[in-house]
Amino acid sequence: MTTPTDRPATPEGNDDHRSVVEEAAAGHVPTSAEQAQDHKIRQAELAISLVLRIGVGVAVALVLAGLVVVLVQGAHGAAVHGTSYKAYTAAGTPFPHSIAGLRTSLARGEGQGIIELGLVVLILTPILRVAVGVLTFLYEEDVRMALITLFVLLVLLGSFVAGGAA
Amino acid sequence: MTLLTFVLLLFAISIAAGVLGSLVGLGGGIVIVPVLTIVFGIDIRLAIGASLISVIATSSGAGATYVRERITNLRAGMFLEVATTTGAVTGAYLTTLLPARFLFILFGVVLLYSGVAVYRKRHAAAILTVSHDRIANALQLHGSYYDDAEQREIDYKVTGTPVGLAMMYVAGMVSALLGIGSGALKVPAMDLAMHMPMKVSTATSNFMIGVTAAASAGFYFARGQIDPYIAAPVAAGVLGGAIGGARLLGKLQGNTVRLIFVAVLAIIALEMLQRGIVG
Repeated sequence: MTTPTDRPATPEGNDDHRSVVEEAAAGHVPTSAEQAQDHKIRQAELAISLVLRIGVGVAVALVLAGLVVVLVQGAHGAAVHGTSYKAYTAAGTPFPHSIAGLRTSLARGEGQGIIELGLVVLILTPILRVAVGVLTFLYEEDVRMALITLFVLLVLLGSFVAGGAA
Repeated sequence: MTLLTFVLLLFAISIAAGVLGSLVGLGGGIVIVPVLTIVFGIDIRLAIGASLISVIATSSGAGATYVRERITNLRAGMFLEVATTTGAVTGAYLTTLLPARFLFILFGVVLLYSGVAVYRKRHAAAILTVSHDRIANALQLHGSYYDDAEQREIDYKVTGTPVGLAMMYVAGMVSALLGIGSGALKVPAMDLAMHMPMKVSTATSNFMIGVTAAASAGFYFARGQIDPYIAAPVAAGVLGGAIGGARLLGKLQGNTVRLIFVAVLAIIALEMLQRGIVG
């Protein structure tokens, strides 16, 4: 763990102790325990922000890579020509909509498989963010909020099982 | 139209959707669904699948910035997600049971009403300094953020969590049932019931909509509603737009955000009514 003094001078590093500084200005001198807690909260915020950025970055890279592959190889039955929803929900659909289908498509090196993988990463990003939320609340030693967030995570995971995607 | 033209057109429209969606905390679906169905003649169910992707993209893309800049109320957002996720799961089960046309009319009316309420609050949006809300006090849901437009730190208290939770449950249900309007009830819940500042309300709504959408994304993915050719340009464009829009929110006045939100909400409400009445 880094301490406030050895932190690199990033733009977001400047406002790390904003609320502590504000309180000091208002006449309340923060204790070292309060400062430590503020520091933990800031680290938690940055961790959640980072998870979102990484998820989004990986997703968009995969989606764009898949699009390039599709455009180079030429698409089959692209959505432009007035598609029928029934064709998609029937068996043997033109694009993968299960984990098994996704694996097959990727093994064949299809562009649409790579796009779909990127979209799955995008869908999983908020869920990963909730999981990291559980950990950061534990790190802040806030058991109640950790349990609340854990409940949200379980509902989310349950929805995937119920939806038949996992 | 070739695939490349389609992709580029949709990409450009999605950028605009991302900017708007990240500012008002509603996600990009408000622009994406009508464009796909009316302009491109794509099946509504595939359009809703793409809209879901755009909501997650807006939420995560802009969320990274809002969380870092502390405009998002993380604790309140994560607490309220208890209600939105359970609501979304309920909605996903009810989707085949309830007549969609009736729901469109019902929520169209509800959204018109909340739009009027949010608009009328424009001169009375005082920030609370004391809260007697037990849940908010126990869980320390109160917050503070640095307002770039007003150039000062704003401390605020949160109240009305029971009403807020109930509205969030309905918001989650609507999102799963109709595929649109995910944030349309979240912002009024935080602005009207919980007395959070307008920008905090839209940024926190933006933070939450990704999780609400993810809760029903499994269903949509398994049903084959996430078409890669439609969703790819939407995801990439909306992400770019949302990252840009997130830089803008801090600089706008709270009331400007309020008026943009009301205008967008009115359009969604009319869109819902039209789909309910005309079919």
